[in-house]
Amino acid sequence: MLSRIAESLFWIGRYIERADDTARILDIYLQQILEDASVERAACQSLFEVMGRELDGAEEDDDGPAATIGVQHVLDQLVYDQSSPSSITGALFAARINARSARDSVSSELWEALNLTYLELDEQRRRAERMGPHRFFQWVRERTALAAGVADSTMSRDESWRFLVLGRSIERADMTARLITTLSAPGASGPSWTTLLRSCGAYEAYLRTYRGRVTDLTAAEFLLLDRLFPRSMFFSLSLAEDCLNWLGSGAGRVGTVDAAHRLLGRARTAMEYRGVDEMVSDLANHLEGIQSACADATLALGTRYFPHAAIAWTGKGA
Amino acid sequence: MRQFHSASLSAIGAGWAGPRLTPVSVNDSETPRSYRSDVADLFAEYPFGRAWDEMFVSAGVTRTSYEPVIAAVQTLDAEDLTARAEGLARAFLDRGVTFDVGGVERPFPLDVIPRIIEAAEWEVVSAGVAQRVRALEAFLADVYGARQVVADGVVPQRVLITSKYFERQAAGIDPANGVRIHVAGIDLIRDEHGRFRVLEDNVRVPSGVSYVMENRRATMQALPELFSSVRARQVSDYPGRLLRALRKAAPRGVADPTVALLTPGAYNAAYFEHALLARTMGVELVEGRDLVCRNNRVMMRTTDGEQRVDVIYRRIDDSFMDPVVFRPDSALGCAGVLTAARAGNVTIANAIGNGVADDKLLYTYVPDLVRYFLNEEPILPNVDTYRLEEPDHLAEVIDRLDELVLKPVDGSGGKGIVIGPQAERAELEELRQKVLADPRGWIAQQVVHLSTVPTVIGDKILPRHVDLRPFAINDGDDVWVLPGGLTRVALPEGSLVVNSSQGGGSKDTLVLDLPRSPFAAGSDEGTSEVVRQQLVAPMQMRQPDPGPQFGQADQQ
Repeated sequence: MLSRIAESLFWIGRYIERADDTARILDIYLQQILEDASVERAACQSLFEVMGRELDGAEEDDDGPAATIGVQHVLDQLVYDQSSPSSITGALFAARINARSARDSVSSELWEALNLTYLELDEQRRRAERMGPHRFFQWVRERTALAAGVADSTMSRDESWRFLVLGRSIERADMTARLITTLSAPGASGPSWTTLLRSCGAYEAYLRTYRGRVTDLTAAEFLLLDRLFPRSMFFSLSLAEDCLNWLGSGAGRVGTVDAAHRLLGRARTAMEYRGVDEMVSDLANHLEGIQSACADATLALGTRYFPHAAIAWTGKGA
Repeated sequence: MRQFHSASLSAIGAGWAGPRLTPVSVNDSETPRSYRSDVADLFAEYPFGRAWDEMFVSAGVTRTSYEPVIAAVQTLDAEDLTARAEGLARAFLDRGVTFDVGGVERPFPLDVIPRIIEAAEWEVVSAGVAQRVRALEAFLADVYGARQVVADGVVPQRVLITSKYFERQAAGIDPANGVRIHVAGIDLIRDEHGRFRVLEDNVRVPSGVSYVMENRRATMQALPELFSSVRARQVSDYPGRLLRALRKAAPRGVADPTVALLTPGAYNAAYFEHALLARTMGVELVEGRDLVCRNNRVMMRTTDGEQRVDVIYRRIDDSFMDPVVFRPDSALGCAGVLTAARAGNVTIANAIGNGVADDKLLYTYVPDLVRYFLNEEPILPNVDTYRLEEPDHLAEVIDRLDELVLKPVDGSGGKGIVIGPQAERAELEELRQKVLADPRGWIAQQVVHLSTVPTVIGDKILPRHVDLRPFAINDGDDVWVLPGGLTRVALPEGSLVVNSSQGGGSKDTLVLDLPRSPFAAGSDEGTSEVVRQQLVAPMQMRQPDPGPQFGQADQQ
């Protein structure tokens, strides 16, 4: 398939996943703030850090640059900012633009799902302004689930599908790392592992797996290392590797040739052959390692599969 | 870049005296056969103008072919009608059936009331369009070859070489199967007497066919009552036909050609169409940056490395095709593609240099070309047109600028057209200067009142002017005309400008099918016949598996 189309599909996968995961992460935080307004500033600040975003427009005062930061900043910059692909709206927007430019390779139903989401954004935003952002997050989760489901049932399992899933898996590993980082959020009632599990729909699966024994360690184990749960970091990285295997026409005689594959494989094995207690004792470093593996793998993919296309897809036109 | 809105004539002016054309006999099949006094209230205030109305002969007198439409619309009240009209607009937006204007995607307004063309009428139109395409095809082969047409004095040499779209570069590129016009869009109008006339030819990159397919799909959903009572000819086999023609145009010796559709990209006005055609033909939709020429062959960059392309169905203009030969600043095309074409390694469809055949001055010579090349009389007449480079024509036109329509010969999208009766005095004066300075650059035509078809405007049904663009595909053996074509509607009251950029919409265009045996009906190809026969054998289908103990659980 065309390199340009492959790249679009990869990013459609990433953007859909990003919108979904961002909605999940923000939902936890805003819930937290709702329960305890005194943590608003600190929580928002940590949120920006977790999402790797610079603060825009927070006024400086004696307490430092982020003294005035609040929920409104979060909503403006991480939820409704159309021009940034790391906000929910921006990601949905970018997914649609990519689908539009790969219109001949994306199934019509997937395109319509993304297009309709885009067309409804304004209305949903207005609704969220009246009824609170939780409804908006819920809607985003539903729409991204729809897009994922429609892709699943209407796309051939050819290269286009592999690129889409590859993008989705890499994004999911990256975002799960961010999600776990939220544990460091301040406040008396910072999110617990239980909250995290709930936010990615993993709580019930977790309870069933561990027969109700809820401890931090088992929860971490589940989100990081579970082989069967599709949102665990291990699962996402393995899936990404499967896609690369498929695309790269199998293993050669010596080691792994594909650079992206090497990076992801290394990140996976670093988790796989480490016990959960070892991981948790140095969690921040491990999570960072996985994030940088995802970023480097994306670059390596670009070099191999999308060599000429250095084009920014976001933010232009409608 | 040539876009979808082609120049379409029009104007009606307040104080204008009327057309100077001699009346042409009215088609017999168009005479009214029935009188309906019970036509729904929706049509009660339907006004009549000077134009030919395609549905009504006069108040309450319907043309036979439109009876099913009236019957379908009669079941609705004004509220239903608006609801359905809104549903149509919404469906187009959701599906992304849009065109881009200044970076904003807009749905192409589709009217819920379709236009009907009778089978017998269509036979004439279709034969006329095919004839025209064959003549233009022969003309292009001659222009970029022997130039016999000039030697025999049919078309003056100066008309050719002064044409903006005459490309010396095209000489010496011999199309593999002799086809230069793979796709043509011939714009037709119906004059005051209901007669179809050719308004202009489009043989470069005609667009709009996607709306024909989408309009049908949407109209069938919006007005299902109609489709249960009429049998309309299908439009959905267009992509298959096009692909077949493109494959047949492949360079010699290529048994299984790779076809690609070259688009300027997602921000082009007609991008929706490019994507739809690529998808329905199952070919790659490429942009210039996906292509690269190596060793005189055109390759596309894929995830498996470079892959050869044999036929490029291009939707960009000549001047953007190859920066080596044409505009050096073009990033839309591919450097070297023309050399590859000349070497016979790739086919460009439509061919480079076709623009000389749809130059509006050349248009005036097309009836002569039909006689010269085909030895036939033209089936579809032109609109009466003045050649301003001829002194006596120029003299007459200059005196009557306020009565005529003036068009630049190389314009498209309705740009530059001046409608005399509607123009301001200053505008006419400016026009006079321009025309005198460059008579070759203009033609003048009589104002023709385009025919009208009832159209939903708000909660009323009112007459609106329409034109018709049938699409023809030449596969080298035969010219096939898609039944119907794109009907464009001028939505503002009294407007004769149908361009979508100027408030135009469109209508589904139904060509009524000739009665035929029930098995062959609706399928031009008949390819599913084998399968159908297999299925006719007695078959006992199983019930869907209800699952374990469904009934028992229910009882407990």
